[in-house]
Amino acid sequence: MVKKVVQNFSVEYLQVMDENGNVDEKLMPKLSTKQIKELYELMIIARAFDDKAFSLQRQGRIGTYIQFRGQEASQIGSAYVLKDSDWMFPMYRSMGALIVRKHPMHKLLQYGGGDIKGLVSPDNMNNFPIAISVGTQITHATGCAWASKLKNEKAVSLVYFGDGASSKGDFHEGLNFAGVFKVPAIFICENNQYAISVPRERQTAAETIAQRAIGYGINGIQVDGMDIFAVYKATKEAVENARAGKGPTLIEMVLYRLCDHSTSDDAKRYRTEQEFNSWMKKDPILRLEKYMRSKKLLDDKYKREVVKKAVEQVEKEVKAYEDLPAPEPGEMLKYVYSELTPDLKEQLDELK
Amino acid sequence: MTKMNIVEAVRSALRNELKRDKRVIVLGEDVGVNGGVFRCTDGLQKEFGADRVVDTPLAELGIIGTSVGLAVNGMLPVAEIQFSGFVYATFDQIYTHVSKIRNRSSGKFSVPLVIRTPYGGGIRALEMHCESVEGHLAHVPGIKVVIPSEPYNAKGLLISAIRDPDPVMFLEPMRIYRAIKEEVPETPYTLPLGKAEIVQQGSDLTVISYGAMLKYTREALEKSDHSIEIIDLRSINPLDTETIVNSVKKTGRCLIVSEAPKTAGFHNEIIARINEKCFFNLEAPIVRVTGYDCPFPLSKLENYYIPDEKRILKTVDSVMKQ
Repeated sequence: MVKKVVQNFSVEYLQVMDENGNVDEKLMPKLSTKQIKELYELMIIARAFDDKAFSLQRQGRIGTYIQFRGQEASQIGSAYVLKDSDWMFPMYRSMGALIVRKHPMHKLLQYGGGDIKGLVSPDNMNNFPIAISVGTQITHATGCAWASKLKNEKAVSLVYFGDGASSKGDFHEGLNFAGVFKVPAIFICENNQYAISVPRERQTAAETIAQRAIGYGINGIQVDGMDIFAVYKATKEAVENARAGKGPTLIEMVLYRLCDHSTSDDAKRYRTEQEFNSWMKKDPILRLEKYMRSKKLLDDKYKREVVKKAVEQVEKEVKAYEDLPAPEPGEMLKYVYSELTPDLKEQLDELK
Repeated sequence: MTKMNIVEAVRSALRNELKRDKRVIVLGEDVGVNGGVFRCTDGLQKEFGADRVVDTPLAELGIIGTSVGLAVNGMLPVAEIQFSGFVYATFDQIYTHVSKIRNRSSGKFSVPLVIRTPYGGGIRALEMHCESVEGHLAHVPGIKVVIPSEPYNAKGLLISAIRDPDPVMFLEPMRIYRAIKEEVPETPYTLPLGKAEIVQQGSDLTVISYGAMLKYTREALEKSDHSIEIIDLRSINPLDTETIVNSVKKTGRCLIVSEAPKTAGFHNEIIARINEKCFFNLEAPIVRVTGYDCPFPLSKLENYYIPDEKRILKTVDSVMKQ
């Protein structure tokens, strides 16, 4: 009879910058002043867009909108690592990542305003259309990364999903295939503590989502998702590993949505004010500002300018959105197949 | 030319396409070393390598979900779902992504994916192995649904499906995998998707069928004295409405034979189209012989469930009397 321990595992947690903007210099990733400012400016513009889109919904100028306030560091710090030729699989809350990935803001509004064409990213960007059904995009990233590997291309595939998605079979099948075929994929779970109203504890009895990587034989790490330096560092390492053929990584970004689930939601029904306020202190933008101030990278004047520029740019995008012509009715039939089938031709005539 | 059954014809098509285009990748459960549970991929892994004929983890949704990613990133995946009852596990991907990505990306991305699966009953298989899933699939805009009925058309249609820029569900009639042998070229050839074939000319009655039922319908109709035109649909989406309508205009009568459950089955779509296009040419109400509105029964009852000669001939007689 033999009884022994066959494997031991551990799960790493990474924070580079604390809530007061103090960084651990040993862990600090290599980022130039210019890059830090660029990350900051992207976060500001992302938040300006988020706020504006929310108010546009309230004014009836777009339909349902999904905010991402609180998740700026997680999205911007990770998408920033990618090359244009890399693949990104966003979900409905990935607006911040899409902004980094050059998806025009007026097109995000176009989609939110009810025109499917808003989902199309620029031609040179491999951004997949936003996934709506939870977690269904995870296997796509695996397959896409697998194709890159088969073609001997160096592109990686990065996918975003939430803590709720980690409960779905798609998560299991996507990560399991990724491990088996050792594909260059990065799985980013933005654990914002709630799947609409259902808390993280109801998604899994596991203490972390990161540890689920162990079951698939892939890399996994838990990261302070409101610390842009930790996000950047962990993603960069995962992307470099993937590119070097060292397989996929699951990154759990621990964070909090500092907003409702959507414009149709009221988070006060399931989250306490006390809890909300405790996370407000971790706001990723405030935290980075504290750091930048301490390093003399930011003063009131610079901040005012960045915010002003962001608001102006967002306003321009809103105007561009509102100037767009309404879609033609026939457009809904145009891209169902590579060409119109006889049935669709008949239905197009009917529509005219 | 070689004599092939449907299994061999499917394998020959896959071999031709794997050879022709490096982007083609065959993936599924047991398709590699084992050559598929019906042997449709027998020998292909040996010939083309384990990177191109791939045994995947046992997860249907994962097979189709990863195939979406493969296809979008330039590969031409041919995924096998081992039995039709397991296709249900992939419906989320089929409905939500496979069928919609071209539309959602305004043509920027497409999914040139073929999903092969054996379908239908008649071989005393296990539960959940004999489903007629075509009606569900034909109801999904954005995918094509192709159903061969013989070795020759199985090969030509499968090659067309692999080369087609749109996703194609390729439903292989399990019951007749080895029931028909005919001359099939070893070299590649294509047959158009969305075109039906008139397999027998006639003037009194149009009989429409597809898949395994076509063979058994033809055999049954040999015992009828009427002049019957028989149409093999081959594709149910796109559907060759023109061929159907022209035939019914000529005969004035129509019978549809399908082993799918009666209610809301694809056969009913054919009735609707005939009503829309040539109702006033009808001499009698359109009739159908189908499976019953129950779960596909276990082996002791499957012969009562699947349309047989007796039911087909009885219905022919009744429609001819009207």
